[in-house]
Amino acid sequence: MIWNSAEQLTARAMASLQLERLQRVIRHAYDHVPFYRERLSAAGLDPASFCSLRDLERIPFTVKTDLRDHYPFGLFAVPQQQIVRYHSSSGTTGKPIVVGYTRTDMENWVDCCARVAAAAGVTADDTCQISFGYGMFTGGFGMHAGIERIGAGVVPISSGNSERQLMFMQDFGTTVLVATPSYVLHLTEVMKNLGIACEDLKLRVGLFGGEGHTPEMRVLIQERLGIVDTQNYGLTEVMGPGVSYECLENCGMHINEDHFYPEIINPDTGEVLPEGEEGELVLTTLTKEGIPMLRYRTKDITRLMREPCRCGRTNVRMDLVRGRTDDMMIIRGVNVFPSQIEAVLMTVHGIGPHYQIIVTTEQFMDRLEVQVELTDGQRLERYGQLQQLTQEIRQKIRTVLQIDVKVTLLNPQTLERTAGKAKRVVDLRTSRTF
Amino acid sequence: MLVKQISVFLENKSGRLAEVTRTLKDHKIDIRALYIADTTEYGILRMIVDQPEKAQEILSAAGFTVSSTHVIAIAIADHPGTLDEALETLSSGAISVDYLYAFVGRASDDAIVIIRVENPQLALEKLEEAQIRVLDSREVYGT
Repeated sequence: MIWNSAEQLTARAMASLQLERLQRVIRHAYDHVPFYRERLSAAGLDPASFCSLRDLERIPFTVKTDLRDHYPFGLFAVPQQQIVRYHSSSGTTGKPIVVGYTRTDMENWVDCCARVAAAAGVTADDTCQISFGYGMFTGGFGMHAGIERIGAGVVPISSGNSERQLMFMQDFGTTVLVATPSYVLHLTEVMKNLGIACEDLKLRVGLFGGEGHTPEMRVLIQERLGIVDTQNYGLTEVMGPGVSYECLENCGMHINEDHFYPEIINPDTGEVLPEGEEGELVLTTLTKEGIPMLRYRTKDITRLMREPCRCGRTNVRMDLVRGRTDDMMIIRGVNVFPSQIEAVLMTVHGIGPHYQIIVTTEQFMDRLEVQVELTDGQRLERYGQLQQLTQEIRQKIRTVLQIDVKVTLLNPQTLERTAGKAKRVVDLRTSRTF
Repeated sequence: MLVKQISVFLENKSGRLAEVTRTLKDHKIDIRALYIADTTEYGILRMIVDQPEKAQEILSAAGFTVSSTHVIAIAIADHPGTLDEALETLSSGAISVDYLYAFVGRASDDAIVIIRVENPQLALEKLEEAQIRVLDSREVYGT
C-alpha cells in the first residue's frame, strides 16, 4: 500500500514543496552551522538568493570527511538539548561520523521507514524479524520504528546467532525479514545444515538493505526462500534507511523526494548530469533539523528514473546502486575503507607499511583478511609474541570497525610494490555486493 | 658460554622452508640442529648453524625476517634422568624455560640440549653449580 500521500504528488506539487523546503533548509544551515555559513559566503552565496531548485547547483558539495572533521557535533544545526537520538557510522579514517535527530527528524524518519515497509506489502498483520544490527548503526532502529508504525509485530533480534534467528522465525511464524542480502543468503546455508526447508517458515517478504544487491543474489534468494525480495537504500549521513525503497514492481527504488533532493553528478567534474544518465548520487536533506546536509556526495553510482511506475507512486526512482566512486567496501553491512585499516596498521610496531586486504565469502558471509609484512625479528624470540602481534592488530581493527578480521603475517617484501596506486584490496567475493 | 641461535619467520606457504635451506646451501652454511615451532598460520624456524652472523645476513638479504639470540647448550649423558636433572636445577633456581630442543652429539654418546631462558647468565651459574656440562659454540660443532 501507499503509506503517505507525498508518494503520489504531481511533479509540479513536488517541485514546489521541494523548493519551499530547500529554501528553508539552506537558511537553517546558514544560520546555525558555521561550516555552511563559511562555505556559502566563500562562494558568494546569499541564502535569500535561491529561487529555483536549479540554484542548488551553486552550493559546494559536502563530503564524508567534512562530517569526520567536525566530529562529533560540528555540523549540528541545533543545540544538543534538542537532539533526541544519536547514531554513527564509520568515517574514512579514525574518527567515526556522528549524526543527531531532533524529535521532528525522528518523526520524519519513522514515516520514511514506514513507507519502505508499506511499499513492500508489509501490513499490521505481519510479524517482522529485524536482523540488522541495533546500536549505533541506523539500520536496526530505523526499520524497527517504521515497521512498528505500520502496526506489524517487531522481533528486534538484531544481527548474528543464525540458529536462534531461525528458531524464532519458525516459532513466531515470522513473515517479514529485514536484513542485508548477504546475511539472508548465509541464513539459507544454515537452514540447509539444520534441515529447515523454506516450507517450514512463513516468510513471505524480505526488506533488504545496508549493502548492494546484485540481480544474481536476488535470483538466489528467490530460489532458496521463494519470497518477495525488495531492496531499500539509505545512509547514516542523510538519515539511515528510508531514503529510497523498492515497491513490488521491483523497478528501482522510489526516493522520498519530499525529504531528500537527489542529483546525479559526474564524479570527476562535479557537473550535474541530465536526468537518466548514470553518475554519482548527491543528496540534499530537505527537512533535517539536527544535521542538515547540503549536496552530500554519497559516492554511490546510480541513475534516476522518472517514467511512471505501475504502483502508482510518482516519486522519482533510483536504480539499484551499481558501484562506488571510492574504495569503500561493505563488509556484512558495515562500511569499511582501506584507509581505516591503514590508519590502524600505522600504529602497530613490528610490521612494515605495506598491506593487502583480501575479501572473500564463506557461506555467503564476508570475510576480511589483512596481510601485513613482519619486519621485527625480535618478535621471533618468544612464543606468543607473534600471536600477540596479530591479536593486537585484530583488536585494534575491531575497535574501529566492529568487525573481526583475520590477520596474516608475511615475509618482508612479499606484497607487490607498485609505482602507482597500490592495489590494497583484493575482492574475491563470489556475489559481489557492488 | 652461550651459543648463537638464528630464528626465521616462515609463512605458511609451501616451499618456504626449502627457500631457507636453499639459501643456506648456496652459501655453504651447515645446519647443526634445527627446530620448527608452527601454528596454523605460520612457523618459526630455530637453528644452530656454523656461521650464525653470515646466516643472519644472507637470510635477511633474501627477504626473511630473522633474528638471533643466545641460548645455552648443555651436554648430558644419553640415559634416563639426565634431562630431568638439568631441568630440576633450573626450576629450583626459579628459572623458567622458554623452549628447548635436543639432538644427539656427533663424537660422543652425549645428547646436546639447547635451552632458551630469560636470564641465561643466571641459568649458566646454576647449571655449573650442578656440574652440568655447558658447551660453547665450538664444542657444539665439535661433539
